[in-house]
Amino acid sequence: MANGSPLLSIEHVSKDFYGNVVLHDVSFDLREGEILGLVGENGAGKTTLMHILFGMPVITETGGFQGSIKIGGTEVHFLSPFDALDAGLGMVHQEFSLIPGFTTTENIVLNRESMRASFLNDVFGDRMSVLQRDKMRERAQRAIGKLGVELKPDMLVSEMPVGHKQFTEIAREIDRKQTRILILDEPTAVLTESEAEVLLQTLKRLASEGIAIIFISHRLQEVLAIADRIVVLRDGHAVKDTVNENIGMRDIASWMVGRSLGEGGQRSEARSFAENTFKVQHLWVDMPGETVRDVSFEVRKGEIFGIGGLAGQGKLGIPNGIMGLFPAGGEVVLDGKAVPLNAPAKALGMGMAFVSEDRRGVGLLLDESLEWNIAFTAIQVHGQYLKKVFGLFSQRDEKAMEELCQEYVKLLDIKCTGTKQKAKELSGGNQQKVCLAKAFAIKPRLMFVSEPTRGIDVGAKKLVLDTLHHYNRDFGTTIVMASSELEELRSICDRIAIVDEGKIAGILPPTADISEFGLLMSGATLEEAVNA
Amino acid sequence: MRNLKTFIQDFGWPRIIIFFFLVALFVMAPFVRVRLDASVSDVLNRFGQNAIMVLAMVPMIQSGCGLNFGLALGLVAGLLGATLSLQLELHGMLGFLGAIVLAAPFSIILGWFYAKLLNKVKGEEMTIAMYVGFSFIMFMCIMWLVLPYNNPTMVWGYAGKGLRTTISVENYWLHILNNFLAIKIGQFFVFPTGLLLFVALFAFLMWLFLRSKTGTAMTAVGSNPDFARASGVDVDKMRTISVIISTFLGAVGIIVYEQSFGFIQLYTAPSPMVFPAVAAILIGGASINKASMANVLVGTILFQGLLTMTPSVINSLLQTDMSEVIRIIVSNGMILYALTRKVKVSK
Repeated sequence: MANGSPLLSIEHVSKDFYGNVVLHDVSFDLREGEILGLVGENGAGKTTLMHILFGMPVITETGGFQGSIKIGGTEVHFLSPFDALDAGLGMVHQEFSLIPGFTTTENIVLNRESMRASFLNDVFGDRMSVLQRDKMRERAQRAIGKLGVELKPDMLVSEMPVGHKQFTEIAREIDRKQTRILILDEPTAVLTESEAEVLLQTLKRLASEGIAIIFISHRLQEVLAIADRIVVLRDGHAVKDTVNENIGMRDIASWMVGRSLGEGGQRSEARSFAENTFKVQHLWVDMPGETVRDVSFEVRKGEIFGIGGLAGQGKLGIPNGIMGLFPAGGEVVLDGKAVPLNAPAKALGMGMAFVSEDRRGVGLLLDESLEWNIAFTAIQVHGQYLKKVFGLFSQRDEKAMEELCQEYVKLLDIKCTGTKQKAKELSGGNQQKVCLAKAFAIKPRLMFVSEPTRGIDVGAKKLVLDTLHHYNRDFGTTIVMASSELEELRSICDRIAIVDEGKIAGILPPTADISEFGLLMSGATLEEAVNA
Repeated sequence: MRNLKTFIQDFGWPRIIIFFFLVALFVMAPFVRVRLDASVSDVLNRFGQNAIMVLAMVPMIQSGCGLNFGLALGLVAGLLGATLSLQLELHGMLGFLGAIVLAAPFSIILGWFYAKLLNKVKGEEMTIAMYVGFSFIMFMCIMWLVLPYNNPTMVWGYAGKGLRTTISVENYWLHILNNFLAIKIGQFFVFPTGLLLFVALFAFLMWLFLRSKTGTAMTAVGSNPDFARASGVDVDKMRTISVIISTFLGAVGIIVYEQSFGFIQLYTAPSPMVFPAVAAILIGGASINKASMANVLVGTILFQGLLTMTPSVINSLLQTDMSEVIRIIVSNGMILYALTRKVKVSK
């Protein structure tokens, strides 16, 4: 299929956001009728690359990019997405950009409606033209026919199943006559398996008609199934550009995640644990963007249990749901006692603590002193740091609070001018330490830590991880840590669960091969991952 | 120099300007034949009259419900307590304390419903509160007429029913606090010891409350509700408590005001009492989510000082009545200033 001169070529494209390099010298070609699978972890640069291709304003606003993009051999400079559309690029977004109250037909031909001049045109111009509904319908049906699926042209988008919405979006791009390149960003993420299967067939059909397709997905088996060529992005570099022949999921997975294959970095020593202390069964959590569907796992006493996975798959929903911050259901048992869900006070009262991933939003009282931040939960949950005045009123024991704060400032090496300093004046890393201190202050038996190193610098990262490690070793605190950074999980966890689509795809030891983690994140089951 | 700068920054320009304006008024007073001692006495008296209504702003500010523009609910509860106390023919200290006790259940019930409503409109509390206050005052205009009061000192003489617009408390509990341990110096100066002690007692209780476990939780709710929730605090409950306390303090505040002023004013009289209380705490340096006892103290003195001094001094100076105009400009201007500088908790 793939032959002739490249239709689209991306040459030496680099892009940085204020010094933070997200794309580094990326080059690849796309030929007519070719399907290119573009894969990479979150933050690998896929989205930025698509923004550049599409001339999104955000790119020019942040200083443009280096390198060049050629379509059909001539260099193009898109100033807005409209230019890109005119040049024959079509994009199907992850989020549906359809109008719910319009029918399939209306959405497909939106802003390109077939029109007939009416007498009002003479006075008011083209804007007074009349829609030609029958022609529009015909066009919509033709576009749908090309896809090889069944879509009712008169159905309202709001009444459609998700799969149909996705097809409607694709039909809209195809209806545009000049569309020669179609970009699909995670098109199968919201589809069921059978729908995804149909979509893949459709894409193959379109390719055979000469449309070039860039297919972005983290479901590697799909990429393997339809791509002619695969480009792997990792940390802004195009690390691999290969024809899809004789490669397996394991290969792609290790290209995707493998920062430095072989060199393993710090690993915690293998430990054995006697008893299970914490058990979660069929947990669901309704956390926007991090939905947990059905999660069951057990944590052993004294263990550091990691939860990994790509963003949006639900790993953050697990601790948030168990601690009662988002509506949740299922069965959670700590030391033989059921943990009531949807009640933060009860969860805390049972000896659990939580360090939120949303440090500034949930983790801190930015306008209050460090003393308040660290002691507050202990005051509210366990009634500590209070003293009686006149035997009647219980009052904050400011002195005890100060001592507590000083203890943790020293212990965690929090850089501050004093315990009365406001939390908002600290740097990100030090704020994170305050959040940890807040959790430690209630002396938890089980501690949830969510994205503990998000947005803090390398040095602080190490300190935070070391702190968790020491607390686990010295006080036997059981820790459940959710993080997007696989390396971080592998460096301190005893076991790591990978969450995919709201379910646990598998639990692996930190010493497992990096490609196995990559496969689990890409929708494979544990057996597939180990045997791939 | 640096110290002065940080002091000015902490204290805030508006307060400094108003403070110097007030000082200037006091300096000018003797020159336009306004007695200084009488003026100071007046300021103290007015401070005592209004301080508790200003104090009522504190709990709701601390819990993140913003300025209590619906203070009228508390005022009405206080009016109900006061009129009931008169109806029951309670005299002296018993009458005054009785009014407070009788007002308590009303303020708790009204406060509870008011809180329910405010918890449903998080983020828009102040606008909603203002309309709750206005409409409730209007509703009570009907109720004052139809409630079956029959104490002759309170009802309209010609009909024998329906409460009058102003009711004198002279034979019941006039100046019950003002005269308690009052110190009289010369002909014009009276130090209202009892009144100020009563205010100090309430301020102290509030101070204690804010340092308690519940008070701490309330402050955290105002500072960052998500943090409070994650720490096991029931956010809506804390907000409800704060609204009830605020409403109750409003009731106490109006009763204290009446015993000093001498009259119970009904019907639309409560509506112009809300803005001055809001303005006073803002002049005192409170923001819409942080307030302290110092804000109450400084704010009430500055605002009431201005109110006392401008009529006597400026009017004597200009030979026209400018006092009301100045009062309105200052109080509304202050509210405007505070709302435009509305700084949400930094995120």
